[in-house]
Amino acid sequence: MNFETTIGLEVHVEMKTNSKAFSPAPVKYGSAPNTNTNVVDWGYPGALPTVNKRVIEFGMRAALALHCTVTRDMIFNRKNYFYPDNPKAYQITQSDTPIGRHGWLEIEVDGKKKKVGIEEMHVEEDAGKNTHNPDGYSYVDLNRQGTPLIEIVSKPEISSAEEAYAYLVKLRQVIQFTGISDVKMEEGSMRADVNVSVRPIGADKLGIRTEMKNLNSFEHVRKGAHYESKRQQRVLMAGGKVQQETRRFDEASGETILMRVKEGASDYRYFPEPDLPPVHISDEWLEEVRQSLPEMPENRRARYVNDWGLPEYDAGVLTQTKEMSDFFEAAVAQGADPKLAANWLMGEVNAYLNAKQIDLPETALTPVNLATMIKLIENETISSKIAKKVFKEIITNGSEPKAWVESKGLVQLSDPAVLQPIIDQVLDGNQKSIDDFKNGKDRAIGFLVGQIMKQTHGKANPKVVNKLLIASLKAR
Amino acid sequence: MAINAEEVKHVAGLAKLAFSETELQKFTGQMDEIIKMVQQLSEVDTTDVPVTSHVTDAKNVLRPDTAQPGVDRDLLMKNVPDSQDGYIKVPAIIDESGEA
Repeated sequence: MNFETTIGLEVHVEMKTNSKAFSPAPVKYGSAPNTNTNVVDWGYPGALPTVNKRVIEFGMRAALALHCTVTRDMIFNRKNYFYPDNPKAYQITQSDTPIGRHGWLEIEVDGKKKKVGIEEMHVEEDAGKNTHNPDGYSYVDLNRQGTPLIEIVSKPEISSAEEAYAYLVKLRQVIQFTGISDVKMEEGSMRADVNVSVRPIGADKLGIRTEMKNLNSFEHVRKGAHYESKRQQRVLMAGGKVQQETRRFDEASGETILMRVKEGASDYRYFPEPDLPPVHISDEWLEEVRQSLPEMPENRRARYVNDWGLPEYDAGVLTQTKEMSDFFEAAVAQGADPKLAANWLMGEVNAYLNAKQIDLPETALTPVNLATMIKLIENETISSKIAKKVFKEIITNGSEPKAWVESKGLVQLSDPAVLQPIIDQVLDGNQKSIDDFKNGKDRAIGFLVGQIMKQTHGKANPKVVNKLLIASLKAR
Repeated sequence: MAINAEEVKHVAGLAKLAFSETELQKFTGQMDEIIKMVQQLSEVDTTDVPVTSHVTDAKNVLRPDTAQPGVDRDLLMKNVPDSQDGYIKVPAIIDESGEA
């Protein structure tokens, strides 16, 4: 029997706001435990939450970027549960009126494009963090309690682990461009719940699904979904039934492990949050937010190809993050040739970032300095060899390339009047190479160029040197 | 009956409450009366009446995204049964939530 796999993803993204969703306590990562909290986060009696305006705006941004219909009249709901990570004993979320509905995200796997539907997305608050200790106690830090989240629920339209991976990569890219989140998996600001089911090809009804919660690595999602699909197929092939259950992805073995069986639907007794009045989004407000959205990566990508003649591949790499894409556009605006700027960013700059494990804004490189350096190469003020030195200087220390090149005396020697005496001197000292050349050994030229470069500390213009050298050799 | 003992037991479980058999019977009877009383509301014809989620007319009560420093941790900890190194210390409850 052949099966098809159906995957749905629920992705939580932490918003990059200054303050929490419903309390004015700061949103900060890495502070001392329980220092970024207040009475609202602790659920003290009588404490009244208020909605952070930016949380609604960020929610709108995400909804618009993912082609959702924005819900114009919203309320919040309480989702009730008892757990020490949330002393209020309920989470404020949106179960009746999610801020966005019916969107889509286009993914590409093996050159095939596919639109994955977004069922809905809603604004809610994160819980605190429980650390279980072997001493039989849990240690609770409520700094994260109340951090605004947007939960993005896909339609069950993802058909393979590879598509799930591509969906997450694309979602992270789009969200990063909206500026509402850092989407850093390692800091937990993006986490995914993965629902997987299989059914015989052609069956109308979806199979029973299992769920993996809170995965914080794309690779784990891919491996977990792949394993789960295969496991369920084995169960069905053996005549068994898939149980509705929560499973955990085990990194060491690459397998999924049963955590608990779900019996019936969860009973969270949702009801409208009485402490928060409804929110209405006017036409003007929606339009204002729409205008504030930056151009999305797929549009930029198309523009780089159509307007600047970049290859698809380059345009794709440059639009992976907004920082890189903004930087590239700024360098082009400063007069850099688009293809040359692309080559530097994709080559030397990316290599530098990878080696140092840092992001572009953490370097000293500026678009104007990159553009200036590229122009210095183009007008042959510096050789490409010297350019590597200049690049290292401007990305490490932020020096102005032109001034630095001049102060270090690195300007390329292109003047025949300066180069000719050096060439003559090298030839005088290497009669053997002249003989080799005369006997048809072209390798001799390489050696002689090397000697001239050595004499000029790499500053000689290779093109001019070659021309002068060959003429001089022939004249001897 | 508007509600039976099984349902009361389920709701009690959700609220982390446990009742003896005698209590269960007593509360089932009481809740049955309460629900029946509230159910009278369903006799009102609400066709075309929008769902009421809030009883005030307040709308868009929003605050700007300005952070205020966290409240002094020692003050907040005054109502905590046990704490250690700035953390709230509770008996370990594994695997029930982490819901978000």
